[in-house]
Amino acid sequence: MSEPVIIEDIRPLVALLAPWAGLLGIIWAGEKRPNLREMFTFIAASVQAAVVVSLVPVVLSGAIIEFHIWQIFSYVPMLLRVDGPGLLFACVASILWIATTLYAVGYMRGLHEHAQTRFYAFFALSLSATMGVAFSANLLTIYFFYEMLSVSTFPLVTHMQDKEARTGGRTYLGYLLFTSLCLLLPALSWCYVWLDGGHLTMDFIEDVGKVGHFSETTQIVLLFLFTFGFAKAGLMPAHSWLPGAMVAPTPVSALLHAVAVVKVGVFCVYRVYADVFGSDVLANMGGEEWTMVVASATILISSLIALSQDNLKRRLAFSTIGQLGYVVLGAAIATDRGQGGAVLHIAMHACGKITLFFCAGAIFVATGKKYVSELRGLGRKMPLTMGAFMIGALSVIGLPPLGGFISKWYLALGALDRDAVWVVVVLLISSLLNVFYLLPVAVTAFFRTSETEKDPSFKEAPWPCVVPLILTALGCFFLFFWSDILLQLIGLQP
Amino acid sequence: MSDHIVWIVLFPLLGGVACSLFGNFSKKICYPLAVGSMIASVWSSVHTLFQVIESPLHQVSYIQGGWTLDLFPRGVGIEFRADLLGALITLVVTGVGLIVVLYSKVPVQRQTPGKEPLYYTLFLLQITGLAGITLTGDAFNLYVLIEVAALTGYGLIALGSNRAAAATFNYIILGTIGASLYLLGVGYLYLKTGTLNMVGILEVIEANNLHDSPAMQVAFVLVLLGVLIKMAFFPFHAWLPKAYCHAPTTTSCLLAPLVTKVMIYVMIRMILSVFGVEFSFESTWWAEVMPWLVVVAIICAAVMALAQREIKSMLTYLIVAEVGYMVGGVWIYNYYGLVGSIFHVISDACMTLCLFLGAGIILEKCRTTHFDGLRGLFAKMPLTMIGFFIGGFSIIGLPPTCGFFSKWYLITGGMVSERWEYMVTLMFSTMVMVILFFRLIERIHLAVDESGKNLGKGHGDLGLTDEQTRFDEAPLSMLIPLLIAASIVIIVGVYNQEVVNLIELFLEDHNLPTGVTYK
Amino acid sequence: MTEDGSIFFQLLVERLNYFIYIVLLMIGLWAMIAKNNLIKKLIGMSIFQTAIILFYVSTAVKEDATIPIYLPEHDPHGTELNSESNQSGGMIHAPQVLEASLVSGYTNPLPHVLMLTAIVVGVATLGLALSVCLRIYRAYGTIEEDDLLLELEKEDGRKAGGFRKKRPRRMPSRGGKSKDKVRKGTDEKSKSGQVQTRRRKSGPSKPTSTKSNSNSDTQGGEKKPKSRRRKPSPRKPREDKS
Repeated sequence: MSEPVIIEDIRPLVALLAPWAGLLGIIWAGEKRPNLREMFTFIAASVQAAVVVSLVPVVLSGAIIEFHIWQIFSYVPMLLRVDGPGLLFACVASILWIATTLYAVGYMRGLHEHAQTRFYAFFALSLSATMGVAFSANLLTIYFFYEMLSVSTFPLVTHMQDKEARTGGRTYLGYLLFTSLCLLLPALSWCYVWLDGGHLTMDFIEDVGKVGHFSETTQIVLLFLFTFGFAKAGLMPAHSWLPGAMVAPTPVSALLHAVAVVKVGVFCVYRVYADVFGSDVLANMGGEEWTMVVASATILISSLIALSQDNLKRRLAFSTIGQLGYVVLGAAIATDRGQGGAVLHIAMHACGKITLFFCAGAIFVATGKKYVSELRGLGRKMPLTMGAFMIGALSVIGLPPLGGFISKWYLALGALDRDAVWVVVVLLISSLLNVFYLLPVAVTAFFRTSETEKDPSFKEAPWPCVVPLILTALGCFFLFFWSDILLQLIGLQP
Repeated sequence: MSDHIVWIVLFPLLGGVACSLFGNFSKKICYPLAVGSMIASVWSSVHTLFQVIESPLHQVSYIQGGWTLDLFPRGVGIEFRADLLGALITLVVTGVGLIVVLYSKVPVQRQTPGKEPLYYTLFLLQITGLAGITLTGDAFNLYVLIEVAALTGYGLIALGSNRAAAATFNYIILGTIGASLYLLGVGYLYLKTGTLNMVGILEVIEANNLHDSPAMQVAFVLVLLGVLIKMAFFPFHAWLPKAYCHAPTTTSCLLAPLVTKVMIYVMIRMILSVFGVEFSFESTWWAEVMPWLVVVAIICAAVMALAQREIKSMLTYLIVAEVGYMVGGVWIYNYYGLVGSIFHVISDACMTLCLFLGAGIILEKCRTTHFDGLRGLFAKMPLTMIGFFIGGFSIIGLPPTCGFFSKWYLITGGMVSERWEYMVTLMFSTMVMVILFFRLIERIHLAVDESGKNLGKGHGDLGLTDEQTRFDEAPLSMLIPLLIAASIVIIVGVYNQEVVNLIELFLEDHNLPTGVTYK
Repeated sequence: MTEDGSIFFQLLVERLNYFIYIVLLMIGLWAMIAKNNLIKKLIGMSIFQTAIILFYVSTAVKEDATIPIYLPEHDPHGTELNSESNQSGGMIHAPQVLEASLVSGYTNPLPHVLMLTAIVVGVATLGLALSVCLRIYRAYGTIEEDDLLLELEKEDGRKAGGFRKKRPRRMPSRGGKSKDKVRKGTDEKSKSGQVQTRRRKSGPSKPTSTKSNSNSDTQGGEKKPKSRRRKPSPRKPREDKS
């Protein structure tokens, strides 16, 4: 493959700053003009999505876009770079932001939630940080945006401002800041100070594999610190923040789980594995297989826990932890197809999981129900919602013709590329477990009967809640049929 | 005029005299006079900084009274010498002074009514003392200026409540012990070297190889001990929390960012420019022991900060912890540590200023800084809270504030010298600071009281009256300095490389180990 | 250091000035720490600073040397020396260097000069500290450290309790403290005689604390007028406890 052409373009910065402009509009419109305020959010989201999608043809043609913001240290710039995996992630995040905003309008207004301005404002900031992570070109830049995301999602998680919010917020921030300040920061400064005489950029293109200069033990310690330092990736045991953060309103959970936070975590882990360590160093490292073991354990254990959860959102939370394990697993497999499958899974899982969360929230808005056991017969009353839930569940499980199948397929192929058959077995077992904890929800809704069937007040959630979930459910189909564009983006297909 | 370096000190001095003279006739003239002299002083220090950067040896020198350096080892005149370090810190001192004097209009009127002439005189003389400390090149003159700064500080604090007066007494005793020990150390230095000029002392030490002389060791110990007491290094910190907590608002805004940092500058100056790197780090056993003392200091200060229930007293214990950072950065004896320490002096001055300005506004508006009285402040004073928490995030070390960069250098320094205890302590204290500030955010933002009981009626209701949540921002004369301080915190972070370049230029002559090899 | 005699010899004869100043230093330090009365602490502080002054001055001494004031024959400004050869014209402000043989006849003037400054600093510190003592006495009625700490504790307790509830509440009976109050009843009365402006606490026997309580709210703003109105009341001299 030829050397990629590097283009200087301001569009990544525009994508990053569009939410800030929206923020100003949101604050100005305030509580007094909610429609205007929502419009600002939509404008910002659309601008961001448009800019990001406009970058796709450029990257598909083999170029890489860069933009230099400021010089952090004399040898480390804050550099934005748009390459395939980053662009894929950015597309997913920005398009889903539009859907989430529409959903949030319906949800927040439907429940007459308080402090909506603050909600939309910090939402915008979180999306800006997500774009920053997607477009980061070196390790320090990604760290900056990672921290920005932690802080800007805190008011969202503690939105309800009560005792549960306090506990949830403490767990959330405790895990995230502890790991990033105590595990990640030392690892970062270790790399920066010892490599290349202290003048290293840790660029994701130029400095791949330089970590190999360290001794074996140091490499393994660094790998450990990076993997758990990015606690947003939800590897066990640094996963407890995710169920704890379920105290937030559902749009926030959707954001957390599908659009921004966890995806940022696994994306960072992918970057570290693929572009800081590199496949060669990973392959030569003794004992790096422990990451695959930990990821597999995470997948299986979380799936088992999900089986036992009755609260729908918690069940979905544990499901997310498992699905994130897939991405880490794919990154750790260290083959081209495995890592490609990992990035693909970010997109596929985002679409599927956000559908599921939208459905859970729609059910809560329409009926106030939170528990799986209460959902009997709801399918007759809310066919669109539960139908979308079914589609989302099938995508997460990984059945064709839905998107989730493609990513699991490539993950399996990647595992076979390095003769790790046990990984394929893990994939199969976990898919089976996914069936067991996701399908019964849809089945209960459609095929069981209960008294609720006769309750006339249960009907579909307001239209701003239902339209997005239909769109994302359809998106799961689209991702399957348009998968070759995605594969081209990440370089698995020319 | 070319002698800007002297005018840095002269403007506040003359301003102070003018304040006390003219203030007797008209109290209203004190504030503009003070602001005017501070603006002039800042202007002079900016000029001096540029002079220093452009001069070939990166230093500017001025001998008081026109005496010469020819006789004896560098003469007997008092020299004002600004190298890059001194010029930077002087700019910080005068800049902070300007911001605080702008801020001081409302608090001084409210807390010390009728005493403005006295207050502003002491204020300007304090700036004189502090700026003089950072500029002087004579060891004895340093003692005099330390005492000038200290005495005016005692006065500024004691102008507050009775509680403050009681705390001042303790401060006087401890501060005098510290300064006197420093004086004693200078006495020994003079005995052995025959000169009081800092550069001269270093030259004589190197020429006669006085490194092993017991008198030098005694001098070092005494000087260091005196400075440690004055900078509130644990366990000599006992004077700081009560004194700064009960002092009037403007006093604590002025003293908290500056006094301890200037003393750390004195320590760095003594180690690098007077005793020399080889003597301080290699001939004495201090370099082995100090990091462990620093570890104890930081941990104790951080834990004591956790126990506080009031913003101002929490912040004073944070000052003690930050002093530990800086002392540790110096004593781990490598390049990154010193860069980190000096950069942290600058950035800690800015972020402490930011925090104390914010705490002062909260005290002004809410009459208390106790945690129980802070609910709903985000709605009531959003701009103040933004400014305050920018300072808070800087203390935690979130990018791109300046606190992140100083933590970065300090952690790197700890790693390079393999001082794992210092590094782990930094992590631990960072976590404690996260807890401190996010606990504060919780108390302001959430409808939950300390024991975990829900207040209000749910859905974001904080259980407050409309009166308490009405938008009631601070007066502009207090708000704008806070916002300026907050933006300085971010600007120093964004442009940290410029500052670090200057620090690197300063440190070039000292041949500090960098220790960059592959492991 | 071979035999004991030689150590004492070194200490008490050769290095007598060091020995004396260290003894004085330690006396001062002990006084600052151990004495209960604030004025005695200040005396200790003064002794501490004086010890250092003594040290400096003692190091200036030379054998067979006189005080460092020019003898008429050495005076460069006087008529007895040809001053033209020493200067380039104009005012002399730089130090004039005498020959080494002449210099050794004068004690070293520099430490004396330095100590003049240090004495001034010491005097200023002492003055400031005494005024702070006076302020403490007016506010709390005591200059004994342990009583002062008790008063401060009471004030703290009142402040912390008084914040949470806006209504006046009864002081919880603190057994030890109330006994102290009874013992110092006469002193209390003599400190009182003030108009109480803001009474957070009921409890008539605590006027001083209330005054200082209200003071701490307003950070001393209202104190000045009250103290001027106050008549100095006779109080019986307390027995010296330290």
